[in-house]
Amino acid sequence: MPLIWLRTALGFYGFGLLFAVMAIWGERERLTRITLPAVALGAVFHFVSVIESLKLGGADTSLSVHQVESLLALLLMVFFFAIYAIYRTASPGIVVFPLAFVLVLSAQSYSGPASAAVESSPFGPKWIIAHIALIMVGYSALIISFVASILYLLQEKNLKAKGFGGFWSRLPALATIDEIGYRVLIFGFPFMTFGLIVGSILAEAKFGPDYFKDTKVLLSGLMWIVYSILLYTRWSAGWRGRRAAYLAACAFAAAAVAWVANIHP
Amino acid sequence: MMNFQLIGVNHNSAPLDVRERLAISEARLPDAIRTLVKQPGVDEGMVLSTCNRVELLTSSREAADLREFLRSYFGVSPDALHSHIYEFRQSEAVRHVFRVASSLDSMVVGESQILGQVKEAYAVARGLGAVHSALEALLSRAFAVAKRVRTETAIGSSSVSISAVAVQLAEKIFGSLRNRTVYVVGAGKMAELAARHLIARGAKNILFTNRTYERAVQLAEAFSGKALPFEQLYETVGRADIVLTSTAASEPLFRREHGEQLLSRRKNQPMFFIDIAVPRNVDPEMNKVDGMFVYDIDDLQTVAGNNSNERKKEAERAEKIIEAEVERFALRMKSLAVVPTILSLQEYCETIRQAEIDRVRGKMGALSQEQEAAVEAMTRGIINKLLHTPITTLKSTAAEPEAATIHEIIRRIFNLSSSNPNSGKSNK
Repeated sequence: MPLIWLRTALGFYGFGLLFAVMAIWGERERLTRITLPAVALGAVFHFVSVIESLKLGGADTSLSVHQVESLLALLLMVFFFAIYAIYRTASPGIVVFPLAFVLVLSAQSYSGPASAAVESSPFGPKWIIAHIALIMVGYSALIISFVASILYLLQEKNLKAKGFGGFWSRLPALATIDEIGYRVLIFGFPFMTFGLIVGSILAEAKFGPDYFKDTKVLLSGLMWIVYSILLYTRWSAGWRGRRAAYLAACAFAAAAVAWVANIHP
Repeated sequence: MMNFQLIGVNHNSAPLDVRERLAISEARLPDAIRTLVKQPGVDEGMVLSTCNRVELLTSSREAADLREFLRSYFGVSPDALHSHIYEFRQSEAVRHVFRVASSLDSMVVGESQILGQVKEAYAVARGLGAVHSALEALLSRAFAVAKRVRTETAIGSSSVSISAVAVQLAEKIFGSLRNRTVYVVGAGKMAELAARHLIARGAKNILFTNRTYERAVQLAEAFSGKALPFEQLYETVGRADIVLTSTAASEPLFRREHGEQLLSRRKNQPMFFIDIAVPRNVDPEMNKVDGMFVYDIDDLQTVAGNNSNERKKEAERAEKIIEAEVERFALRMKSLAVVPTILSLQEYCETIRQAEIDRVRGKMGALSQEQEAAVEAMTRGIINKLLHTPITTLKSTAAEPEAATIHEIIRRIFNLSSSNPNSGKSNK
């Protein structure tokens, strides 16, 4: 059943993909009226799929790559709707919808048992789930922040070039994009931090102190450091625009590398 | 017959840096007008100088060399101007004046500022006595035509003023303008209008500065803002998110290095410079600094122009109104041309009538009141009936090609001259 719900969600996320493609050319307001309800419905099915999948896991606390991908996609959609509720802008959907679609497409493509992405924990399944969920929120925040940096750069470039109309005119205000990126970063940081702390405690309990010398752990630590630098430069020196975008890209790259090392060893 | 002549540059024919060199400030306008009407051949003259155009409008009995005036008064080389100047005569000049007043020649078709600007230019010229007859008729008609265009078409309903565009851009950068600080550097109607729009959209802190501190205080009181001394401009400008510049400075007040310093002082918070001055108060290079957004008058109007599709349809209707009005005006001018002849004819006949009445009185002695009244009525009746056909013919043929011939024939028959209407001799 989880797979059916997931595939149903994928179908609805297809509207989101269409939105992202058409947004560049078409009348986005009309599209938004159809897309958002469809994608929201998809998110509901997606949520049901994730819960059922976890329940079906039962005593087996291992989580597959596909489940983690599915969880990340769901969290991205949650972030999107939170941003939409606060700022009434669907612009992040241009990147979030295709990303969620691809992640869910990958997640639903496998129907048999998979090698575990995350092994079981001596503290029980809830700690693993907590670790994964916290880290995924952090990842989602980094991705959304990176998307916001790109949109900021595009909008800033458009304003400086004094070009109007078409796609660029539908992006939200520069300050709004900046605020979204910053607030999402702040929101995600404690989740990332606690997720890494929980992961460290679990790793130390299972593998001993030498586990920290593992590449995966070091890369995760590096990602956290870049994330912290990103937050600090934004808070202290008010870095925006190009500089912030480059740093966000570094943080995103570090997160991607850590993701690959941890989830796809 | 009066010749209308118009020469100038506008946003279509010349880039901003050429228009900057020809711009005439309010203070210099009377001098420019006086110099213009002293040109050989020029009877009346008006100068219109706005951020989008500099135009000279004259009426004269013979053609005047306005290009030479333009070159000599502004000290600009002929090569620099040659490809940018346009020139209109007679009905083309009338059409252009009507189009300009109706905002059909504006970068933002349908904008409402131009009519006020033309009226101001007219008021200055009229105050100097440089506009009195033919130009008075032309400009009065232009204002009426502009009003008709605005009433009968929707050309102004969806127009986007520079102020509204400035607010639109500010919101594109800052989102909500609530709690944003606006700094108005200089003064002027457009700057005040833009400030008003920004306040209407939520900007709360308004700062004013001006070379004349009292003027800044006046504006601050009017807008519930704060006045700052001009000497502290560079120290205080960092407080503002939006800076509106509108001074008559001939050199930019803000350059790239100022932008870099401001950004550092403001911890990379963006700033938006709305530079509506001509010449520009903000060096366009400052736009290249990260976080600095600089829009000059051309940029604002380009943005406004992007909203013009609907206005274009209304503009087509407005053009038809203009064409009809140009024809009407031409007819009226031709009709007016016959007035001196008609007056001369009437005066000639009146002279004869009075002379004959005096001669009869001399022969018959004093007449009773009733007799006087009867003689008066009879002689007037004869004159009116005699003149009815010639006057009607003069008026009805005023627009026809043979009008000049008919005038000439009537003048010769009655021996009329334009300067001495009593030169006609009675038949005995």
